[in-house]
Amino acid sequence: MAVNAIDVTDLTIAYKDKPVLWDVDMEVPSGTLMAIVGPNGAGKTTMIKSILGLIKPAAGQVLVYGKPYAEQRHLVGYVPQRGSVDWDFPTSVLDVVMMGRYGALGWLKRLGASERAAALDALDKVGMKSFAQRQISQLSGGQQQRVFLARALVQDAQLYFMDEPFQGVDATTERAIVTLLQELRSAGKTVVVVHHDLQTVPEYFDWVTMLNVRRIACGPVGDVFTDQNLRKAYGGKVAFLSAENGKH
Amino acid sequence: MSPAQIEIQIIASIVAVTCSLLGVFLVLRRMAMMSDAISHTVLLGIVIAFFITKSLNSPLLLFGAALMGVITVSLVELLNRTQLVREDAAIGLVFPAIFSIAVILISRFAGDVHLDTDAVLLGELAFAPFNRVKLFGLDFGPEALYTSGGILVLNLIFVIVFYKELKLATFDPALAAALGFMPTAIHYALMTLVSLTAVGSFDAVGSVLVVAFMIAPPAAAYLLTDRLSRMLIYSALIGIFSAISGYWLAYLLDASIAGSMATMTGASFLISYLFAPERGLLAQARRRQNQRIEFALTMLTMHIANHTAAQEAEIENEVVHLNEHLKWTPQFAMEIVGVAERTGLVQQREGLLTLTENGLKRASQEFSN
Repeated sequence: MAVNAIDVTDLTIAYKDKPVLWDVDMEVPSGTLMAIVGPNGAGKTTMIKSILGLIKPAAGQVLVYGKPYAEQRHLVGYVPQRGSVDWDFPTSVLDVVMMGRYGALGWLKRLGASERAAALDALDKVGMKSFAQRQISQLSGGQQQRVFLARALVQDAQLYFMDEPFQGVDATTERAIVTLLQELRSAGKTVVVVHHDLQTVPEYFDWVTMLNVRRIACGPVGDVFTDQNLRKAYGGKVAFLSAENGKH
Repeated sequence: MSPAQIEIQIIASIVAVTCSLLGVFLVLRRMAMMSDAISHTVLLGIVIAFFITKSLNSPLLLFGAALMGVITVSLVELLNRTQLVREDAAIGLVFPAIFSIAVILISRFAGDVHLDTDAVLLGELAFAPFNRVKLFGLDFGPEALYTSGGILVLNLIFVIVFYKELKLATFDPALAAALGFMPTAIHYALMTLVSLTAVGSFDAVGSVLVVAFMIAPPAAAYLLTDRLSRMLIYSALIGIFSAISGYWLAYLLDASIAGSMATMTGASFLISYLFAPERGLLAQARRRQNQRIEFALTMLTMHIANHTAAQEAEIENEVVHLNEHLKWTPQFAMEIVGVAERTGLVQQREGLLTLTENGLKRASQEFSN
């Protein structure tokens, strides 16, 4: 059997004496499109950041394709939350997308024509090619998210982590992003998405991890995305959520 | 110009470029106040190193200063991480504490040496040409030229060689870390260089001018461009301009050189703040004014379109009644009607306004939105 894209075992992360993630196990088979869901403060972003080595765990182990992350960086693409960067930074759309190539270039090497071509290609895929020379502060929220996505595409990774890619984007952009994610999966990539909208989980994803500090469930959407598990993850709030029509 | 005058301007220009290069990254990282802290606290490093070596020319002084700069940054971050004080307050706590220890040590134990607090704050640019490098009886120019030039080369190499890494670590530290570019190491390297720059420059120009050169030119350049590379170049040029014009301001006023140069960095920022082509205050005001007129024109076409068919057209669309119906002042109504006529949106016959073809198009566009 093929090696899992991600194996997390006994992962515990604490902020001071307060656990953010508590003894979490998670296995993600290669080639899945997975959502991480859970209420605010459930540790979704923390989970991604600890897999990427951005947060040191108090205990536990993370393997990416069977090896520690530091050895597998080149296989991993990352899309942080849109709000985590300063969009007034003096740089162009093309420059930001080319940052996705920095990892493959390594220290000190300069950007060249091939990076530029790759970035323009990725911008084309997300429908933003005509914005290449724009200053990034002139973009709308949905456009910013597309630029971030293009940046992840040029990383040409096997495994992608995306932190709330649908946050504050319009319906057209959401549709475009989902199509792109599904294309990635069809190409054999693994995609892990921190997601908020429970309604769309069965439609968009084939695998789901439900977190609330502890792991509630992890598996194929059809098996584990059940009322019972949702109630466990969200407590009483889920009745209210599923009673609501459309998006919240 | 005498050779001494030229030398002073060259030294000041070198310091200006040296400071503004790093200042760009401080401003973009929202760490401007850290330069203020570091440029003062390095004094303690110098004092302690001086007590150990008993010499003001030992390279250990630079080392002590750089170390103290890094300690300052670490202490601020340590305090900040406790979440009991915010970062700005943490800087305000750490920097006076360390600086005052240095001031006490100097006044108590080093009163008779050339280490006085006035010189630290304001520098002695006017005396820089007197302190010369002499080898084999030949004059190789002022010493400050070599110290500041050396640090300039160091900073230039750092920014050019690590340009890509600095850019990524400043814009998106999380991605930088995920890609293995060690943003924390880059952060401390930058802070070490800020400390070295502060100590190397302040003997010549004083810590106030160091801060002015580090912050004002990058802040001015930030308003002039939307590319990082150009921001670096513009702030270097603005730094040089402030240094040279500041020198001549001091010459004319017979005033402090460092003070006049710092004033000119402020003046440069003010010019950019007011007149920057896109982000300056004037450009913004002009844009707002244009938007106001554009909006009023649309309102006018819609108002006329709404009432063309109706009986009340005669009353509603009379120029004299516009101010009443659109809540415009008579002058503003006249102005807008004038613009609308000139741009071919409306025509006026006996005081009655009707839409032209273009005017109709504009009104219907607005309705369909």
